[in-house]
Amino acid sequence: MLDVIIQLAINGLLLGGIYALLSVGLTLIFGVLEIINFAHGEFLMISMYLTFLLFSVFGIDPYLSLVIVIPVFFLFGFAVEKILIKPLLNDPPLNQIFATIGLGLIFSNLALLFFKADFRTVKTFYSNSNIIFGNYFVSVPRLIAFAIAIALIAALLIYLKKTFTGKAIRALAQQRKAAMLMGIDVHRTYAIAFGIGIAAVGAAGAVLMPLFFVFPTVGSLFSLIAFVVVILGGYNSLLGSLVAGLTIGLIEGFSGFFISPHLKEVVYFVLFIFILIFKPTGLLGKR
Amino acid sequence: MPILGVHIMQLLGLNNVTTKYGDLTAIRDVSLSIEEGHIISIVGSNGAGKTTLLNTISGVLPCAEGTISFADKRINRLPPHKIVEEGIIQVPEGRLLFPDMTVLENLELGAFNSRSRKSIPSLLDMVYSYFPKLKDREAQLAGTLSGGEQQMVAIGRGLMAKPKLLMLDEPSLGLSPLVVKSVFETIQKIKSDGITVLLVEQNVFQSMMISDDVYVLENGSIILNGQGKELLKDPRVREAYLGI
Repeated sequence: MLDVIIQLAINGLLLGGIYALLSVGLTLIFGVLEIINFAHGEFLMISMYLTFLLFSVFGIDPYLSLVIVIPVFFLFGFAVEKILIKPLLNDPPLNQIFATIGLGLIFSNLALLFFKADFRTVKTFYSNSNIIFGNYFVSVPRLIAFAIAIALIAALLIYLKKTFTGKAIRALAQQRKAAMLMGIDVHRTYAIAFGIGIAAVGAAGAVLMPLFFVFPTVGSLFSLIAFVVVILGGYNSLLGSLVAGLTIGLIEGFSGFFISPHLKEVVYFVLFIFILIFKPTGLLGKR
Repeated sequence: MPILGVHIMQLLGLNNVTTKYGDLTAIRDVSLSIEEGHIISIVGSNGAGKTTLLNTISGVLPCAEGTISFADKRINRLPPHKIVEEGIIQVPEGRLLFPDMTVLENLELGAFNSRSRKSIPSLLDMVYSYFPKLKDREAQLAGTLSGGEQQMVAIGRGLMAKPKLLMLDEPSLGLSPLVVKSVFETIQKIKSDGITVLLVEQNVFQSMMISDDVYVLENGSIILNGQGKELLKDPRVREAYLGI
């Protein structure tokens, strides 16, 4: 029984790393722009299709495709901020919500138009391979995805801590007016922060592709996970999102075995509601 | 620049400036002139429009009518970060530090503009010579400092931006009398280091004492202008702002 629990914990943690990468962008965007990006899951879906295309057309390995996906998604996010988000920044929250929901609907319907509703995946030579540690199996694509996710999150945290632009992003999140008065270009910094958030979810889509399949509405499934992670992590803490992502991965691993894998969405929703009732500030939240 | 001690250059000039919040006019037709190397005070009661005026100069609020010029350049259509590049720095009311950053990070962010960024080490030395205490607090989170220390960080952060004009919004608000005294001493030291100061204060007596020129703002308009020590004798000022 202990072996089973350890095996489930390994599977869950590895998955949780991807969930964390999926969610840090949402957290960053909310923390800095105070906008909830309801199209986050659809950005993930597009990145999965891009990874799929790069693999099936050009034969580029999904992990290698990160070199393309990350900069492309940064620019994608940067442009969406300039075109759609910036004009709405001083509008009532309802307008912002409809704008990002609308963007998500456009994305998923365009995907339906171009790719049909088929489930697609990439089949690599390592897709089904495992490493065996004693009594435990570790799925190779999950392990690689986990390692990349943690490395990217660490790189993001260091970037925010050490670089001038990173500090400007944090300054804007903490004290918008003072950031302006210190000479930080607010609109440029917002677009960069949005671009980084979208690049992060783009990277998550790429590393997810060897493990999962993509279809036009796959985003809604992962949006739900990302929102649970963000709320559990305390809304605007990237470190909180990391811890929460790993926690949600573990919960999914255990609930899939002890309850039923088909009920995992129910588990997320119940968790979501319980957090909102009992710990609305999240695990590491202050406010 | 004083030439033969006669001509002194105007550094900042406001010409019939009006600022609105929607339909509400917050300041109306304000004109003022600040000469290089001076301390200028704007005094007035709560809601007179003092902070609005500073935010208009900083570009945080749009100037609806009139013009603002700085060192002979029109600046009233520039965004806030460009105005900082020009050398106008505001130390805002309530200090507005970055609470979850250290004192050092707060100071470094003061030097965000391209004129200052390359000389952070020497700027830090300069700020620590003003406020030696901050050196010991470098690694402390700004949100955990006392009010007086926070004000030191706020002024220090402003100095890190290499201001030509430093605008201080209520720097003595909420501080103990002893700390207030040192804030006013700091302001005089900033002037003697060649930085022009625009001071907004509710501490009318003290700010008039150290100012070269004083403007009295009421309901968004300037009603009086004169030398600080002269205005202190004006019966209207004595009654309205000094209670004597």
